[in-house]
Amino acid sequence: MKKISPFWVCAAVVLAAGLGFTQIAENEYYFTALYVILQALIMAVAWNILGGFTGYVNFGSAGFFAVGAYTSIALNKALVGLPLPLLIVAAAVICGLIGLGVGYLTLRLKGVYFAIATLAMAIVLETFVNNWSYVGGARGAYILTPESHLWFDSYIQMLFMLMLILAIGSVAISRKLNFSRLGRGLAAIRDDEVAAECAGVPTLRLKLVSTTVMGAMMGVAGAPYPFFVTYVDPLSAFNLFVAVNAIAMPMIGGTAHWVGPVIGALLVGSMQEIVKVNISSELNILIVGIMLVLFITLAPQGIVGLAQKYFRGRRR
Amino acid sequence: MSVILRVERLSKHFGGFQALQDVELHVSAGERLGLIGPNGSGKTTLINCISGALYNDAGTIAFEGADITRLPPYQRARLGVARSFQIPKPFRSMTVLENVRIPLEYAAWKRAEHRRINDEAMQVLELMGLKDRADVNAGALTQVDMRKLELARALAAKPKLLVSDEAMAGLSGAELDEILEILLALNRRGVAVIMIEHIMRAVMKFSERVAVLDAGQKIADGDPQSIIANPEVQRAYLGE
Amino acid sequence: MFSADLLANAVVAGLLLGGFYAAVAIGLAIVFGQLDIVNIAHPAFIIVGAYTAYILNSRFGFDPVLIGVAAAPIFFFAGAAIYRVYYAAFERTGQESLSGLAFFFGVMFIIEVVLILVYGVDYRLVQADYIGQSWRIGFVDFPLRMLVPFIVAVTLTAGVYAYLSRTFTGRAIQAVAQDRLALQLMGANPIRIKQWAFGLGIATAAIAGALLIIIGPVEPSVGRQYIGRVFAIVVLGGMGSISGMFIAALILGLVESVVATFMGPSWAPAVAFGVLLLTLALRPAGLFGR
Repeated sequence: MKKISPFWVCAAVVLAAGLGFTQIAENEYYFTALYVILQALIMAVAWNILGGFTGYVNFGSAGFFAVGAYTSIALNKALVGLPLPLLIVAAAVICGLIGLGVGYLTLRLKGVYFAIATLAMAIVLETFVNNWSYVGGARGAYILTPESHLWFDSYIQMLFMLMLILAIGSVAISRKLNFSRLGRGLAAIRDDEVAAECAGVPTLRLKLVSTTVMGAMMGVAGAPYPFFVTYVDPLSAFNLFVAVNAIAMPMIGGTAHWVGPVIGALLVGSMQEIVKVNISSELNILIVGIMLVLFITLAPQGIVGLAQKYFRGRRR
Repeated sequence: MSVILRVERLSKHFGGFQALQDVELHVSAGERLGLIGPNGSGKTTLINCISGALYNDAGTIAFEGADITRLPPYQRARLGVARSFQIPKPFRSMTVLENVRIPLEYAAWKRAEHRRINDEAMQVLELMGLKDRADVNAGALTQVDMRKLELARALAAKPKLLVSDEAMAGLSGAELDEILEILLALNRRGVAVIMIEHIMRAVMKFSERVAVLDAGQKIADGDPQSIIANPEVQRAYLGE
Repeated sequence: MFSADLLANAVVAGLLLGGFYAAVAIGLAIVFGQLDIVNIAHPAFIIVGAYTAYILNSRFGFDPVLIGVAAAPIFFFAGAAIYRVYYAAFERTGQESLSGLAFFFGVMFIIEVVLILVYGVDYRLVQADYIGQSWRIGFVDFPLRMLVPFIVAVTLTAGVYAYLSRTFTGRAIQAVAQDRLALQLMGANPIRIKQWAFGLGIATAAIAGALLIIIGPVEPSVGRQYIGRVFAIVVLGGMGSISGMFIAALILGLVESVVATFMGPSWAPAVAFGVLLLTLALRPAGLFGR
């Protein structure tokens, strides 16, 4: 009989807990807060596939996220009433292709140039969207909350469960990648790309796979966003906070292991919600910036790395 | 003996500097070739062109009859061209065992037993004398162990031709003999080896044939004894 | 609607703008072009320079250019200190690429947010006699608020160029990227040299910031628009070439100005990044690269 791994047991428990939560929770705020954290989690997991597993920094996460959101908006306007899952798939395809494109243009150069190119791509995309009147341009677009929310008490509860499923899915993909032959190839590229290539690893191809998966995942994170906020404009969709969180959360949690971005997102995301409610949201941005710098300089292996060192020390 | 590597009229320049000029080199299956030359003569550049890390400007490289001149490095590795690096490049986030898995899973993928990769990796480590280091992080190895890991990774690619780039530089007498023995054992299994070295006694002991580079050109090619006696070779080394 | 008049003004405005862009990019040309340090926070330091000019100008009425020049030494020391941290955390352990980039990204963010927290998101300006004036030659306008920064920028670029090619430290900076060992054998300490270079780069930000706020009002997020421009200029110009950087800056200013005039200003940000992407895809070594 095939053994069911602890991961899937946990996933099932989390899913059940989420469902249970939708039944008993009274205050809608919780679902809003959880949605934000789960969105950040998917972004962090996605970023880590290229950043942590493969070693290439992407500064343009906001670009992929926003294109995912705007794909939803554009398709929703063109074909009203398309179900959300279809919009998500469309966003994944488009953002995956963008990832592939940017990668193909620049991944043959040093990692530094790739990082700058991703930033370039995000700003170019933002400029295009700003000038695209079909989706509202700089003025933004409104999305009407759909009538149906299945058997849930409210639309936000349904969105929360959707994000939960998407989050579990993205973590599962990331985990599979981490422990697969592909993932080991990515790690070799990260550690020493020239040596990896000479050991038979098709570095360009694997890097492109990595970029495409990352792009698609970020698009998926962005696709439901318009339905969550009901009003989207380029400034909020392409905002730098999303991009910094996508980098900071994996770096704080630990980039080499699939669980790192999860820990980072849960910890930092929760902290940000608490600070936002009790103090101010600007302070949030400052805090995550400082945490990023502190962790990078003092604990580059992240929380997972610190834990590994601690347990290794205790074993002695 | 059939020729497996055929390098003809190979030239490479960096800006205005001509690193290699019309180099011609043949290696037969299972042969032990020593490649020597003063510093800066182009030995590593030649290896880089053969392994694909660099693309040559002119000339052709054929491996087992197929033209590999424009193939990327990973495809050459899959065809059976392996190299070790002069300055070891271990995968530092992985253990020794995991380091050796990579070439088995990639370069040697068609030639390896998919379900028993770990066993095959351990066999390679055993051959290298690294078996008890299998779970050590690659970044924490001693110099000589890192050199062995370099060769282990090259061997794990199941090559038909292995280029060892100054694997013995800076090692002590006993360590040197260890590496030499490993290379000889490799060769006994049918792997052709090109050994780049400055340490003459190793080159003499190991090589069936020696090629000499100087200032980007091949100035001699023959059996070890006649090479040492060759006045041009002596001039290249001493006349600096 | 195309006219010689409009085109001539767009060209002139573009060249003046391009000269200013050179002042913005020169700090990065030193730090990234010579030292391979990806200081993505450089524009943020320029904004700090702009705010410095604003504060002292609104308080004491000093001329912004003078403020920039006076503040440069302070920025120099700040830059040297930041390099120390960067070196200790990243260069020494050899982890530059991933972590170093993210480090400066975090620094950029911190700077922007602190400015927002302290000064809010209102636009800030400086006052100076020449800001409203404009010279006219034929049908072409030369607004002084663009001309003065242009002149200062050209002087700055020429000064840095001379420094790098004539003085010992300057040549050492050029050398350190190419051959650390040779530099050490020559008796110079590579870390000291790099520290000096980084400080120099940040010092130029003080001046560039003053010029920026002369040209137009500034608020904290303005820096982000310049990230693309500075990298586009340094990459297009070619790593390690100051003169290449200057020409690239002029080209960028020109293209942006013409695009803004004939297609509308909302397309301007895409120009720089479009140029950058094209350069990376077609000729990564840039025009005059090493």
